[in-house]
Amino acid sequence: MQHKSKMAGADGDDSLYPIAVLIDELRNEDVQLRLNSIKKLSTIALALGVERTRTELLPFLTDTIYDEDEVLLALAEQLGNFTMLVGGPEYVHCLLPPLESLATVEETVVRDKAVESLRKISQEHSPVDLEVHFEPLVKRLASGDWFTSRTSACGLFSVCYPRVSSTVKAEIRQHFRTLCSDDTPMVRRAAASKLGEFAKVLELDYVKSDIISLFTALASDEQDSVRLLAVEACVSIATLLPQEDLETLVMPTLRQAAEDKSWRVRYMVADKFSELQKAVGPEITKNDLVPAFQNLLKDCEAEVRAAAANKVKEFCENLPEDSRETIIMTHILPCVKELVSDTNQHVKSALASVIMGLSTILGKDNTVEHLLPLFLAQLKDECPEVRLNIISNLDCVNEVIGIRQLSQSLLPAIVELAEDAKWRVRLAIIEYMPLLAGQLGVEFFDEKLNTLCMAWLIDHVYAIREAATCNLMKLVEKFGAEWAQNTIVPKVLGMANDPNYLHRMTTLFCINALSEVCGQDITTKQMLPVVLKMSNDQVANVRFNVAKSLQKIGPVLDSNALQTEVKPVLEKLDTDTDMDVKYFAQEAISGKYTTLSIFFLYEVASLGPLHLVILIHFSP
Amino acid sequence: METTKLPPTSPSSPTTGFSVPSAEKVDGFPRRSMRRARQRRSHSSSQFRYQSSQVELTPLPLLKDAPVAELHNLFCKKLQQCCVLFDFLDCVADLKGKEIKRAALNELVESVATSRGVLIEPLYPEAIKMISVNIFRTLPPSENPEFDPEEDEPTLEASWPHLQLVYEFFLRFLESPDFQPSMAKRYVDQKFVLQLLELFDSEDPREREYLKTILHRVYGKLLGLRAYIRKQINNIFLRFIYETEHFNGVAELLEILGSIINGFALPLKSEHKQFLVRVLIPLHTAKSLSIFHAQLAYCVVQFMEKDATVTEYIIRGLLKYWPKTCTQKEVMFLGEIEEILDVIEPSQFIRVQEPLFKQITACISSPHFQVAERALYFWNNEYILSLIEENSQVILPLVFTTLYRVSKEHWNQTIVSLIYNVLKTFMEMNSKLFDDLTASYKCHLVSFSE
Repeated sequence: MQHKSKMAGADGDDSLYPIAVLIDELRNEDVQLRLNSIKKLSTIALALGVERTRTELLPFLTDTIYDEDEVLLALAEQLGNFTMLVGGPEYVHCLLPPLESLATVEETVVRDKAVESLRKISQEHSPVDLEVHFEPLVKRLASGDWFTSRTSACGLFSVCYPRVSSTVKAEIRQHFRTLCSDDTPMVRRAAASKLGEFAKVLELDYVKSDIISLFTALASDEQDSVRLLAVEACVSIATLLPQEDLETLVMPTLRQAAEDKSWRVRYMVADKFSELQKAVGPEITKNDLVPAFQNLLKDCEAEVRAAAANKVKEFCENLPEDSRETIIMTHILPCVKELVSDTNQHVKSALASVIMGLSTILGKDNTVEHLLPLFLAQLKDECPEVRLNIISNLDCVNEVIGIRQLSQSLLPAIVELAEDAKWRVRLAIIEYMPLLAGQLGVEFFDEKLNTLCMAWLIDHVYAIREAATCNLMKLVEKFGAEWAQNTIVPKVLGMANDPNYLHRMTTLFCINALSEVCGQDITTKQMLPVVLKMSNDQVANVRFNVAKSLQKIGPVLDSNALQTEVKPVLEKLDTDTDMDVKYFAQEAISGKYTTLSIFFLYEVASLGPLHLVILIHFSP
Repeated sequence: METTKLPPTSPSSPTTGFSVPSAEKVDGFPRRSMRRARQRRSHSSSQFRYQSSQVELTPLPLLKDAPVAELHNLFCKKLQQCCVLFDFLDCVADLKGKEIKRAALNELVESVATSRGVLIEPLYPEAIKMISVNIFRTLPPSENPEFDPEEDEPTLEASWPHLQLVYEFFLRFLESPDFQPSMAKRYVDQKFVLQLLELFDSEDPREREYLKTILHRVYGKLLGLRAYIRKQINNIFLRFIYETEHFNGVAELLEILGSIINGFALPLKSEHKQFLVRVLIPLHTAKSLSIFHAQLAYCVVQFMEKDATVTEYIIRGLLKYWPKTCTQKEVMFLGEIEEILDVIEPSQFIRVQEPLFKQITACISSPHFQVAERALYFWNNEYILSLIEENSQVILPLVFTTLYRVSKEHWNQTIVSLIYNVLKTFMEMNSKLFDDLTASYKCHLVSFSE
């Protein structure tokens, strides 16, 4: 509290009163209030002015570093944007003490945010200030007692290195080296994850002399969690080095990583494979990465195979053009064929999500001869995810060989998915229906798939019925209103007489979805009479859904139908014995009032008093 | 891993009136455990990657029939024979070899446990090599990525029939009266211990149980490794807390630490205090606290019993990490607080009573009756009651208003009657103060309603 009275209000300046309150709240017992106040820190600083912010607010904030992590996180974030509030770049170093403390706390998110803010304000330091204020802070953090400060230091080397003198640069390199062989694995992990970034700002000679040895050491660390991070750094380092050095400086380590005894490291190699491929270039790819990739596709752990399978398309795409087809046909495709019948469903489903992409690379003939059998096999896979992934990527094949080649096998697969026991699988295939319909064409659709789409409307899971109505709407968008009128509208309306009230309600839901795409004519002439008739349904749920539907389709109808047909029915429902029906009838009437009022206001002037009466009548 | 784009779980539930096929559960999804059973890996595990061709084992003569002069040589041969690994995921592969190895392991266990003079120096490297080859392996990825140790059945180690005997042998080896730490320390070194600690992440509880006993023995017998073991456990915990939130063996490691803490010399070294404040207390923030809470609370209480001056750190730490939304964890915290209060020194109690009873009061007014109930149970504890009585001047004003209000408002009848008892206790404890507070509360209420 003393801080408060010292900082604001002591001089009796009333204009600072709101600020005094905010500052007061910084000390409040309630975390939420402290948090709110911290989030308004820039307002406080602005009101105090740059000088008092520097001399009073910042020391005060530095003292509050023992607060809840949530408050500290907000503080760390705020301070990153404080440069102007302390008087611009000239004074930006005032922000370092509180951020330094924040960079040493236990909680990772706070620390990371403090480092992020420090990185940000480092750019606002002049080169001199960077050496006088910032770099000493990095050194202090790098030699801190507890691992947290050393971890934070790892993220700060690369931002100051390019802008300091060569003596200081040498020191920074030395500190980074020390942290790479730190005693605690947490710090080594932090260093390994920043290795690539640091390499990028170093002079090439130092990359070769310093970074490579650190990289090699981290890549053979005793902990796999460190080794796997070195794989990420490998991408950046390989990009920096001239081609002729890669073989001696990077490749031994990369080969070792691809065969690491820990599956996590191999997984990482598989996961970063496309980046690695680009970084090492076509020659090494041909000689080294192709066999490595084959091994990863045949790895004994499913996790690794799945990660590699995910990269099949990208890897093939990026192969050097002169030998692409040969490599794929002789080296990759045999592995892919085996993966099609893998024992693990994640592997198969990862493959299924990319395998179709190979057809554009291999062209029509190869696709028909070699890939088509694989697509067909995956379409018959026991695991629904695999089939779904194939179906969801049909567009790739469509471009190369046309979908007809597949349609004979496609149909049973779709039918089976459409009837899968798991509703989530059914839901997923419904979502691909509009896409399939577009590619297979209206004829094929009417002949083979229309029945399925209608069957979903009476599925026993609500989510499926809901998706099915939405699907119908998308189909109509694709095939047009006339198609709708001939094929689906009669079936939908027929369900209004179904003995099951849930199916009758589905009719209403479909009408809600379809009215707009079908247009005024179909809605007024065909759908409206059915809706109105259903207002006499014996089930209250149906009746109140009639009210909801009328509200929904109102904007599509013409004014005559609204007045003469909709209004009396809504009024009747408004006197219903069921509470909910009444409620929704009223909702519809007042809702109608808002949609109709605009309409009426246009008409009133020309049509005279009758409409005014209606207007008054509709108002609540 | 998840590459298919299935819609998220739980859309609006199906409306009534449909019969669900009996094969399906309500949501149409079989339980996780069933799902997993179907996906069993049939690829061999990482362990066999480097054992290029399978060696054919031939049975050796029995140890017990061996002439004394031959015994050590034969023992050594059996150890070497046991270095051959078998694929247990393929349960019919090489049954004969598996049986020979099993028998050999059994003999080795038997021999090291019962006969004296077997463990001579040249056998140490062979024994440790056999153990290392068998037990040290990269643990396979969990078959269930969202493995919930409380809900799901763990994946059991397929090679357990051999692995168990290897662990058994290791344990008997360490416990043998012939065991010489001075010889063992050349082979059971830091690298060995680090790999041993990594195995604690095994999903198989049987394996972790063996590891626990073994690490305990290693800690007890190889004094030179103690500091290193503590430091590595620290690292595992810190990684668990701040990086991955996943490690299967936290409870087991804490159990070992419980007895390690018990043996700490006084005054406590700053390293140990740091461990308490920076590792044990933050462990309370873990999502899976319930799995290791009992062991953790035991460690915390051990620290207090060693050195009462750490009490304030502990209580303030727990208050800092007090669960904000998870009532199940709140009940655990309250349980731990009671364990702490059970052994707290009155002078320490005074230092923390205010913040502590503010939190307890907040718990009493929790709408979750188990939280309120757990807090109110403190008043059934005689020692705590005596502490409250000694400090009723401070505590009663802190809790009074809440108790009074909650007694009128709480939805749960049990809570209301528990509060009445607490109020009655206070009345008997310090009737003057109680009357004053009642009067001022009523006065406050009146002025409020006007």
